[in-house]
Amino acid sequence: MIDIAPTIAASSSRSYNWFDLAKRHRVLLASIFVLIFPFVMPFTALAVNILIYGLYALGFNLLFGYLGLLSFGHAALFGTGAYLCGIAIVHFGLPWYAAIAIGVLSALVMATLIGSLAIRTRGIYFAMVTMALAQCVYYIFYQAVDWTGGENGLRGINVRAINLFGLHFDFINPLVRYYVVASFVILAFFVLSRILASPFGAVIEAVRENEARARASGYNVVATRLMTFILSGGFCGLAGSLAALHLSIVPIEILHYETSGMVVMMALLGGMGTFFGPFVGAAVFLLLENLVSLWTVHWQLVVGGVFVVCVLFFPEGIWGTILKRIKP
Amino acid sequence: MSGLSFDLIALQLFTGLALGAIYVLFAIGLSLIFGMLTVVNFAHGAFYMVGAYAGLFLVSMGGNFWICLVGVPLLVGTFGMIVERFLVRPLYGRGIDYPLLLTFGLSYIMIELIRIAFGTSGYPFDTPELLQGAVDIGVGYFPLYRLFVIGATAVVLIGLWLFLERTSFGLVIRAGARDPQIVRVLGVDVSRVWLIVFGIGTAIAGFAGLLAAPLQGVIPEMGATILAEAFVVTVVGGMGSIGGAVLAGLLVGVVVSMSSLFAPEMAKVSIFALMAIVLLIRPQGFFGRAGLMS
Amino acid sequence: MTEDSKFTSKRMSRRRVLATAGVGALVAASPFRINLAMAQEPTIKIGFPVPLTGPYGTEAQDQVRAAEVAIAEFNEGGGLNGRKAELLVRDDKLNPGEAATRTLELVEKEKVNFIVGSLSAAVQLAVNNVTKQRGIIFNSISQSDTINEVSDFSKFTFHEALNPHMTAGAVGRYAFPKFGKKVAFLTADYAYGHEMVRGFQEAGKAFGVETVTDVRHPIGTTDFSALLPRIQALKPDILCISNFGRDQQIALKQATDFGMKKSMKIVAPILLYTGRVAAGAQAFDGVVGGTSYYWGIEDKVASAKAFNDRFRKMHGGKVPSDYGALGYGGVKTLLMGARAAGSLDADKVIAAVEALKYDYYKGPQYYRKCDHQSVQSVFIIESKANPQKGDADVFNVISTDEPNEANLRTCEALGHKN
Repeated sequence: MIDIAPTIAASSSRSYNWFDLAKRHRVLLASIFVLIFPFVMPFTALAVNILIYGLYALGFNLLFGYLGLLSFGHAALFGTGAYLCGIAIVHFGLPWYAAIAIGVLSALVMATLIGSLAIRTRGIYFAMVTMALAQCVYYIFYQAVDWTGGENGLRGINVRAINLFGLHFDFINPLVRYYVVASFVILAFFVLSRILASPFGAVIEAVRENEARARASGYNVVATRLMTFILSGGFCGLAGSLAALHLSIVPIEILHYETSGMVVMMALLGGMGTFFGPFVGAAVFLLLENLVSLWTVHWQLVVGGVFVVCVLFFPEGIWGTILKRIKP
Repeated sequence: MSGLSFDLIALQLFTGLALGAIYVLFAIGLSLIFGMLTVVNFAHGAFYMVGAYAGLFLVSMGGNFWICLVGVPLLVGTFGMIVERFLVRPLYGRGIDYPLLLTFGLSYIMIELIRIAFGTSGYPFDTPELLQGAVDIGVGYFPLYRLFVIGATAVVLIGLWLFLERTSFGLVIRAGARDPQIVRVLGVDVSRVWLIVFGIGTAIAGFAGLLAAPLQGVIPEMGATILAEAFVVTVVGGMGSIGGAVLAGLLVGVVVSMSSLFAPEMAKVSIFALMAIVLLIRPQGFFGRAGLMS
Repeated sequence: MTEDSKFTSKRMSRRRVLATAGVGALVAASPFRINLAMAQEPTIKIGFPVPLTGPYGTEAQDQVRAAEVAIAEFNEGGGLNGRKAELLVRDDKLNPGEAATRTLELVEKEKVNFIVGSLSAAVQLAVNNVTKQRGIIFNSISQSDTINEVSDFSKFTFHEALNPHMTAGAVGRYAFPKFGKKVAFLTADYAYGHEMVRGFQEAGKAFGVETVTDVRHPIGTTDFSALLPRIQALKPDILCISNFGRDQQIALKQATDFGMKKSMKIVAPILLYTGRVAAGAQAFDGVVGGTSYYWGIEDKVASAKAFNDRFRKMHGGKVPSDYGALGYGGVKTLLMGARAAGSLDADKVIAAVEALKYDYYKGPQYYRKCDHQSVQSVFIIESKANPQKGDADVFNVISTDEPNEANLRTCEALGHKN
């Protein structure tokens, strides 16, 4: 994503080729960026958080940016992934890879449940139904104290080492943790990129642009929506599972509607409907919050101010604005 | 369950109405602004909180509660109009997401400014002398101040209804909500209408915050909880419908109150379950227009 | 709290500063500064995550102030063979996820020697989970029974704060013989609330106390009016308000409005100094509760007098609050343990802290061996209707529950072997 920068300097005819090339290899470029990312961040745990929330925002954007459905309940998908991954380890002693698989699967199931109820509604009502259902999920996990720890949160997701193909990695080491998470995130980049480039990806955008026309062309709009919601849930569930492994706890706040709201803000801040926009939004949001809160206890003033300025002057989001500038 | 009687249930019903009254006031402002401007005002909770602090400020300047009842809505409404004019107005026509994000950021700023000005830990807000104590309402003793809250809410509702239904300006507002384009063609300055609607909506939010202050005290975060619950109220009632907000507000108050009597662990989730059920059966809410914002 | 002592990071490498320079002005204004005094022996670093922003910001800032007193005293006393201590304050935002992230930063990047802090139960458990995996000593100054239990405890875990079992028990032992045997509870429906109720009921067994009702409410309730008539109808002698902070303030305020104080005595396991100041005299009038510390004990306790005086001198005449004093105790015990051990090696410090018999600010204390819970006194206080000695004069200390291991949950009940 940063490697697009040289195009600004290039001449317009050449830059078109550069841009096209960069776009085609966006996953590769993003991977290179992800590899050097922890060295430019204030501390590694923050870099891991940015990867995780970036992935969460990426999954959310599949529904919001590409299909045009605003969900206010994505915390339920993120949180379900985190909790079930954690429960698999704490209560069943499963290995980490099985726990991630369970986290993703459970998020897919949760997305199927919420999605099949919610896609019947539209617009602002869709946002509100997803929020209400996510709140119900919050209270179910909150009340299931024996499994989730309730208000205290789930503790003890202690993965000390990752053994892979005979290799032994110390998962307590921050950089190891970062690259394990990063490899999953890069995998997700790749899968998402394939989905969007596939015929199904074209149908998603067709439904967003003109639902009636998509229906007239013989596409099943309802099924497309549900399928997109479920896929989105899968990405969010993976992000949740990685969050559980990274922090070794799952706080109940992960299911709170603020976690749903935050991802909307990240997507809008970065630029909805662009591939990396949500990721950039997550990075800017977390970095800003982090740096400013070290400097003053009134960090919310600065964060709020940045939002207001972005909305007023950069309506396409940070990444969206950059893309527009450099696009020939 | 021990100690359950008809009187207790009746008293609980009354408690639910008093609780619902605050929801109603909060939600009509939200609904009004949404219905007319299609702005989902995420800063509504912050205006509510500012109302309580404005009351605190007026009292510290030597005012009393009764002066606040007039002064607070004026102050908060004026502030709301400034916000509409300079921050929200540039965003009309850009879709529902942008005002939402802007007001979200704005709520952060407002809360933090209040923290800087008044500190983080909050203040007590004394119930006015005249309204202290409890009165016998036939089924048991009920705090006088809560009766006053129900009464004050009724007065605001009647006033708002008369304004919208019986004045020519109210007619313009209603027309503007239905079709702004036609109203503009007819030579009405729609942006002025929206300015005033935003002012009225936020003024009522400030008034609700003031009424809530003697019940719970005043803290910078007081608007956050009620915002989520008020969204439930507006959605159940139908976004943009004032009658719906009133009915749903009272309903939510009673549901919360009754569920805390019979199943306290369900009290918080009950309203969201209510919302999910209503929306799945009737997606536009009680009185909402189908297809709005889709 | 001064900017200097608040966020100093001495190991910030030059390369990383340059790398982050893309953020420009933010970094320029940020605390990452290169300290030229690197040649000296590295300081003893104590990470201090507390919720500086959010509803408990006032308490958290007082915790920082008191911790600074402990640091200053340690450094004036020569440090650890000349090695000075420094405090690295972080904002946990009252969010366990943020707290865990901040703790990782403190451990992995700042390489802190100890962590002290936290205010909410969930946050302390999150911090504890991170530190125990990495062998860093953590002294919690938040109240909870859970951290003493075997599933969360590790040898690196210390608990300087009281827990609900101790405070509720102490208040119960004071209140039940005086005010009556029919007891109602108004309880926040989460682990901490349930722990308080259990504490009251354990203490009540000895007095033959009868529970007439236990009304649960969700945490963060702003209106108790739906619950109070039910309690009133049962006519209890005592109402135990088993919740915390803002919930407690509103519950007391509304119970007063409903006239409940006329027919029953209201008690609470913990009365917060800051909460009392915020909610006002009327709501707290006549309410009896417990506290780990109140500055007014200085008339009787010499160490409290010394601590208060030092605090006043450093912080413009203010007096420390209850939570503030815990910040002092939490930092002080680890530093004194390190000094006694003559080392920063975790195992040696643990052994030294376990052996401490200390009286730093509130009378004699020590850490119980099996769960590292600080055995200490609980002060029973009552809110004053008319403060005489200025704004800070809000409570009367009416009794002291002396330190006694018998008042704690047994090691077996917590799941510990020995």
